[in-house]
Amino acid sequence: MNIASKLRDPTAETSPTRRARLAPPQSLEGKTVALMDIGKSRGVEFLDRLEGHFKKAGIATKRYRKPTNTKVAPVELMQKIAAEAQAAVIALSD
Amino acid sequence: MADTLPNDGLVIVAKRDCPTCVLIEPVMQNLDRAGALTVFSQDDPTFPSGVRSVVDDHDLERSFHLKIESVPTLIRFRGGREVERTVGWDRQEWTRLAGAAAEGEGLPAWQPGCGSKSVEPGVHEALLARYGETGLKSRQIDVGNWDDPIEACFERGWSDGLPVVPPTDERILRMLGGTDRKPDEVIGLIPPNLAPCTVEKVAINAVMAGCKPEYMPVVLGVLEASLDPLFVLHGLLCTTHFSGPLVIINGPAARAIGMNSGVNALGQGNRANATIGRALQLIVRNVGGGLPGAIDRATLGNPGKYTFCFAEDESDPDWEPLAQRRGIAAGKSVVTLFHGEGVNGFIDQKSRTPEELVRSLASGLFGVGHPKLCLAGNAVLVLAPEHYKIFKDGGFNRRRIEDELYQALKRPGRDVIRGAHGVAEGMPSSFADKMVDKFQPDGLLIVRAGGEAGLFSAIIGGWPGQSVRDECQAVTHEIR
Repeated sequence: MNIASKLRDPTAETSPTRRARLAPPQSLEGKTVALMDIGKSRGVEFLDRLEGHFKKAGIATKRYRKPTNTKVAPVELMQKIAAEAQAAVIALSD
Repeated sequence: MADTLPNDGLVIVAKRDCPTCVLIEPVMQNLDRAGALTVFSQDDPTFPSGVRSVVDDHDLERSFHLKIESVPTLIRFRGGREVERTVGWDRQEWTRLAGAAAEGEGLPAWQPGCGSKSVEPGVHEALLARYGETGLKSRQIDVGNWDDPIEACFERGWSDGLPVVPPTDERILRMLGGTDRKPDEVIGLIPPNLAPCTVEKVAINAVMAGCKPEYMPVVLGVLEASLDPLFVLHGLLCTTHFSGPLVIINGPAARAIGMNSGVNALGQGNRANATIGRALQLIVRNVGGGLPGAIDRATLGNPGKYTFCFAEDESDPDWEPLAQRRGIAAGKSVVTLFHGEGVNGFIDQKSRTPEELVRSLASGLFGVGHPKLCLAGNAVLVLAPEHYKIFKDGGFNRRRIEDELYQALKRPGRDVIRGAHGVAEGMPSSFADKMVDKFQPDGLLIVRAGGEAGLFSAIIGGWPGQSVRDECQAVTHEIR
């Protein structure tokens, strides 16, 4: 190939790492479901509703909240959820 | 090049366009008669006449490798190495270096030379890209002989949808010449991928955006401001809302690079306005990985997401510019970044007093986001000259305008709660018995810009993310 021009890459030149997702649990029996409010308006209402459904089904839940919807969740919060729950619902509502 | 250089002998680099080179043409002829002489001629291989070994250096490769800064330059080689050189015409120096044949009888004793063509603006970088070590670290991408470099940029996903300037080494080196910061300096981590961004990457994207090298300090300042955690760039770029970064420049840098704060200041036509805002967006896209439809989830977006950048009109000494209002001393170059949606034109051709205009502007500002939503996002008010004149003639300065607008933007909660006036949207019912402010206390940023004619102003709505005041605000930074 004749090279007419050489350009420089404007990107960060990084490659995404693909990680396999965890398989969904066969059952939620005996497990704890994290309910995370991402901080948008009325997220609480949505999670209250979900919490009620889980309660009726006898499934334990724990509530978490991101400090603000405008920023990514702090690492500590993600670690806490990973340590305390086996599944998570991240709620988005407006 | 080595084959054209003498092992032992003299080399002169000259150009016909240089009066000193023309002056010493007889000296060059004498030296040729006296011994080994090679002349590298930068602009005309027939110059100098009467010399046997004249090498055409139109492409300036020899001048580049010999590091010629001015012509004529006389160099003596011995044993294949340069041992001495002198620049310009100086009889004493030339005869010391080349002997009596260089006396130049009848010539003045001394005359300065001219700049070498190899160091003319922009040429050095081109020569460095072609013949030298660029030092650039970014991956090199070859574009085939039959490929269009602009299309190659599109195909690789580097464009915001408009053609970009292909980032060649020559252009990148010129861009880097606009700053004294080192190419490998990391400016910060660009969201969403939190990828490190070096000055070199900034320069590449600035080239693509169409910037001139002298914009680099402003581009770097804008990028640094955008990475202030209080600006929440990550949230802004992934929001479903319309907003994107709005760049407002104050101070001497805006004037130095010819930014527009006058006619059509928010529109097209000014290179600095257009490309500085675009450079920021390209950096977010290319370095940070913030792609529309991927992490950028804007429902509709706005045209300002291509670029949205202007300067404030600071021509009236009675007006306190935005940068000073936000705490930066006068005389500094400053960037303010705001989370701006599109421009909402505001017309009032009837108000003649400041009081009338305040009430009128407030009625327009209530519409930001939604007329019944309060404290849900801020705004920029761009006062055009004719509206500003009403305030100035009435004795209102910036602080007075802000105070009066703040008061005029209060409403009884019962008018703005959900369901009031048959409109479902609005504030929670807990606000029913309170007076409610439209914006946070410092949430309305007023700037002056625009052409002389037109009783208009512009309202630029903000982003709901600004409602969490401690987490997200407009930011103002001095440009280094």
